[in-house]
Amino acid sequence: MSTIAALVRKDLRLELRTRESVPAMALFSVTTFVVFHFGLDRSSVAGDLASGVLWVTLLFAAMLGINRLFVAEREQGGFDGFLLAPVDRTALLISKALALFAFLVAVELVAVPAFVVLLLGPSPSGALPELLGILLLADAGIAIIGTLASALAVQTAARDLIAPLLALPLLIPVVIAAARATTPLLLESGAESVALRWPVTLGLYDMVFALLAYAVFDFLLED
Amino acid sequence: MTDPSAPAVELEDACRDYGERPALRDVSLSLETGRTLVVFGPNGAGKTTLLRVLATLLRPHAGTVRVLGSVLPREGWAVRGRIGFLGHEPLLYRDLSGRENLRYHAQLHKVDEGRVEALLDRVQMKARADDPVRTLSRGMVQRLAVCRAVLHDPELLLLDEPLGNLDPAAAGLVEPLIGRSGGATRVVTSHDPAGGLEQADLALGLRDGHVVLLEPASGVGSAEVGALYA
Repeated sequence: MSTIAALVRKDLRLELRTRESVPAMALFSVTTFVVFHFGLDRSSVAGDLASGVLWVTLLFAAMLGINRLFVAEREQGGFDGFLLAPVDRTALLISKALALFAFLVAVELVAVPAFVVLLLGPSPSGALPELLGILLLADAGIAIIGTLASALAVQTAARDLIAPLLALPLLIPVVIAAARATTPLLLESGAESVALRWPVTLGLYDMVFALLAYAVFDFLLED
Repeated sequence: MTDPSAPAVELEDACRDYGERPALRDVSLSLETGRTLVVFGPNGAGKTTLLRVLATLLRPHAGTVRVLGSVLPREGWAVRGRIGFLGHEPLLYRDLSGRENLRYHAQLHKVDEGRVEALLDRVQMKARADDPVRTLSRGMVQRLAVCRAVLHDPELLLLDEPLGNLDPAAAGLVEPLIGRSGGATRVVTSHDPAGGLEQADLALGLRDGHVVLLEPASGVGSAEVGALYA
């Protein structure tokens, strides 16, 4: 646990110093909502359209963070420094997923209010706990799958291309489940209850990929 | 199981390739505990590859490699943490300060943070310890990299041209940490025949990944080493 804590602290400290990921992801999200606002030629959206706009935007914003997740390790010798230490290699997987999760939460603190102000018709205030739960479940999936894809992509010369190509197909089920779960919360007529199968699907998908990542991550660090 | 009486480093016909290109070919040698092996050879001879194989960062593709009694890569977990590696890259994050970098590595190696302060003092980097690494000169970064490599008091030091960026005064500061007087077993690469032989017990010459010289340093002349670069 102390190793994971040290790794996460280092990642958060680096992000605070360089501001390479979170500000770019947040700015991208807000800009995309503005583009949707004018592109759809509608002052407000609701229901499945609102849910789709929110999740597609968050997904592409996440790709910016996923692309940069292992760059410092690759370019500044972080991988070697870590591999020389007598620690469980899985600690790197867990710490990177936690860091990405923290980045996503930070981005959503800006992006979701911006979405409500710029695009969303109905107020989501009555369904905040449910919305928060779905956001966190989906963030966990994006963090796990994103970390796995980023670790694979960073070993290649074309990592900016490879990471989205690997991550996006694997993240489609997360976006589908998250969007379906969010739709009833953003209805024009007021929030309705969420069908349980979508949060359960998200949770199971997160778990499957967490186990898969745990099983293969050691091999990704081999030369 | 590791054998404490085994040589610190032992290679038998070790090979390593990069794709189709051989980087190390049938390298065999044995280095006793507490001794220094100095590796000579022109650029691309395989010196850095040899160090990275010994550091568990690269897998040997053939042959046997034993480090501190453990067979690599199978028992690499047993020797990580007993090796200090100083390569061409300092393995420090540029946007963190020297102190933050060393504390991070101290946490990975479960080393008390007091050791960080002691080392910063030893290499006279306390005054700049809170500056981001990217703002430091190459020599200062190298001093911090030496601190990182010896932070956990390793039994085996793998040093790739360790004094390359250091002026004589700075070289004098790090000498007690990575020099012969430290007592650790050392594998050091060098392009300086006279200086290298002076600190070597065993001299290894590599060319195109092949061993072309392997003798006790006392029986090797500078001219013989210099011929490797001809």
